[in-house]
Amino acid sequence: MRETPLSNCERLFLLKAIEEKKRLDGRQAYDYRNIKITFGTDYGCCTVCLGKTRVLAQVSCELVPPKDSRPTEGIMFFNLELSSMASPGFQPSRKQSSELLVTLNRQLERCLRNSKCIDTESLCVVSGEKVWQIRVDVHVLNHDGNLMDAASIAAISALCHFRRPDVAIQGRDITVFSPEERDPVPLSIYHMPICVSFAFFQQGTYLLVDPCEKEELVMDGLLVIAMNKHREICSVQSSGGIMLLKDQVIRCSKIASVKVSEITELINKALENDRQVRKEGGKFGFAESIPKERITALKREQAPVEMKDIEETADEIVREAEAPSEAVHSPVIVATGTGQVGEGLQNTWGLEEEDAEEEFQGGMDGKEKKKGTVCVCVCVCVGCAGFTHETIVQLV
Amino acid sequence: MDAVHSCFKDKLGQAVLPGDVFSFAVSAVEDSAVRAEKVICGPGLRRNGDEILVCKSGILRHKAPNLYWIDSQQKRYVPVKGESVIGIVTAKSGDIFKVDVGSSEQASLSYLAFEGATKRNRPNVQVGDLVYSQFIIANKDMEPELVCIDSCGRANGMGVFGADGLLFKVSLGLVRRLLVPQSEIVKDLEKIFPFEMVVGMNGRVWVKAKTVQQTLIVANLLDSCENMTAQQRQTLFKRVAEGSL
Repeated sequence: MRETPLSNCERLFLLKAIEEKKRLDGRQAYDYRNIKITFGTDYGCCTVCLGKTRVLAQVSCELVPPKDSRPTEGIMFFNLELSSMASPGFQPSRKQSSELLVTLNRQLERCLRNSKCIDTESLCVVSGEKVWQIRVDVHVLNHDGNLMDAASIAAISALCHFRRPDVAIQGRDITVFSPEERDPVPLSIYHMPICVSFAFFQQGTYLLVDPCEKEELVMDGLLVIAMNKHREICSVQSSGGIMLLKDQVIRCSKIASVKVSEITELINKALENDRQVRKEGGKFGFAESIPKERITALKREQAPVEMKDIEETADEIVREAEAPSEAVHSPVIVATGTGQVGEGLQNTWGLEEEDAEEEFQGGMDGKEKKKGTVCVCVCVCVGCAGFTHETIVQLV
Repeated sequence: MDAVHSCFKDKLGQAVLPGDVFSFAVSAVEDSAVRAEKVICGPGLRRNGDEILVCKSGILRHKAPNLYWIDSQQKRYVPVKGESVIGIVTAKSGDIFKVDVGSSEQASLSYLAFEGATKRNRPNVQVGDLVYSQFIIANKDMEPELVCIDSCGRANGMGVFGADGLLFKVSLGLVRRLLVPQSEIVKDLEKIFPFEMVVGMNGRVWVKAKTVQQTLIVANLLDSCENMTAQQRQTLFKRVAEGSL
C-alpha cells in the first residue's frame, strides 16, 4: 500500500499556518509534543511516545569474541527497523522508505556509538577472547513524524535501563550468573546524547522543532543536532539540501541545549520511577502504562431522569393542586320515571337518533310505542356499531 | 424495536466480536410480529448457511423491520458502491485520473465523469486536488471507480473543491456520527462560529473557517470528539465558545 499523498490544500494551509506562527496541534514553534517514556517488565525494554509517534527499543547482550583491531573493547550494535504497521508507506521494496531507513540507522549510530557515550572497555570479559556485544533494536511502532528524536530517546533510555548478567573469571573459566544468583550490572554510561530535529520552511525563513508527519512532508530542510546535557554536540546532520546561515545553526544549537536538558531530566525521572516501583514490588511494565481509551461516545445516551424523592414530589403536587371539581353524583333525570345506567351526563345520542332507535327497538322487543314521545326503553345492543352502550329505553 | 429477531434480541446494542455466531433455529421466530425470516445483513455481518457470522468488532444495531449491522470504530476505509468520499488526485494518465481514497487501492476517475465535461471540454483537475465523488464500481476484485456526477449527469455537490482549508483524517465511526441527519456534534459545533465542512465516508474531513486559527480550532475539536461523551463535548465546546481556549 502506498503512502497517503499530500493534497495541495494541506500544503497551502500548513505553510500559511506556519507563517502565522501556528501549528496543527496548537504548539508553539519551539515546543515538543508530549513525551512519554515507559519501561517494560524486562530490563532494557523501553517505549517512547512522542505525540502519536511510538518507538520501542530493546537492548540485549551476548558474549562474542572481540574484533581483532580492538581486543579489549565490547561491541555496540544498533539496528532500527521500520515496520509497515507504523505507516502504510513503509515497505522495504520502496526506495523512499529504504533511504529513510538508512538515514535513520546511520544517524542513530553516529549519535550513540561515535559519541562514545558507553564505556565499551568495561564490556570486556577476557581480552582478545570474550567481550559483551550489546545490541540495540529499535522498532518504529507508529509514525507521526520526528522518528529520529523518538528513536534516540528510546535507545538511550533502554541502554540506561539495561542490566547485563554479572560474570566471574577464574583462571580460564567464565561463569555467567543468572539474575537470581547475582544482581545484574548496569552499563556504564558517560553521557546521554539526544537528537533534536529542526524543520525549515520557506528556504529557512521559518523554523519548527519536533515536526509532525505532515510538517515533515512540507518542509524544505531538516537539521538534526545530537547533544548531551553538558552542551556537547555529538553530531550535526543537515538534510534536504538547504543552505543555512551560521547564526541559524547557532540558534538551533541553543534551542537544542535547552530541549536536551529537559528531555534528560525526563528520562532520569522515568528511570528513577521505574527503579522505585521495582524496589517496592509494585506493578510495572507496559500493561500498567497504557491508558485505557474507552469509547463511550457510541453508547446510547440514557435519558436523564431524576429518580430521587420522586414520591415526595408527587405527593406534594397532589397536595398543592386544586381539589378537582365534584363530579355530579345525583343523576340527571330526563323525565320522571327515567332509568339510567351508571354515572355520567345526560345522553343525547339517543334523542338524536330517536327514530332509528325506535325502529330498532321496535323490532327487538315488539312493544307498542307512540310517535312524538321521548322513548326510553331497555335494550341490550350487541354487535351494532352505533349502539355499544347499554341504553335504557322505556316506553312512557 | 419491537419486532426484533429472537436470536439478535439479547445482543442488541451490545458489543459483539468477530467470530460470534447468530443462528436461526427452525423455531427461531417466536415473535409472531416477525413474519418473514428475511434479515438484511449490513456491514460487519455475513451469512453462512443458516448462521450469521460477525466479522467486525463493534456494537450490534438494528433498524426496523429487518436490517442489522455493526457499528464499528475502524480507521481503514474499504470502498462501498454508492458512498461519497473525498479523494486526492495523485496522477493524470490519459483519460483517467488516479485518486487516492485511503483504501488499499487507488480508484480511477474518468475525465468524462464531471458535469458538463465532453471530449473537447476537459475538466480542470490538477494533481493534488481534492475531489468529492461517489463510487460507481466497488468490488473487492476490481479497481474501484469514481464519478463526480449523479445518474442525471448533474454535479449535485460533487467535483473538485478545496482551494484552501484543511483536510484531516478521523475514524470512520466519527464520520458516520457526523453524517447522521441532525448530527449533534455538528449542531454543537456550528454554534461556535460559521465554517464550511465536507465529510467523506472514507474518514477524510475538510473544513474551512474564516481564519487559519478558527479552522484549526474546528479541526482539533472534531479530532477530540472521538472519545467523548455528549456531556464532555458540550462543556468543551462551551469553553471554546467563551474563548478560554
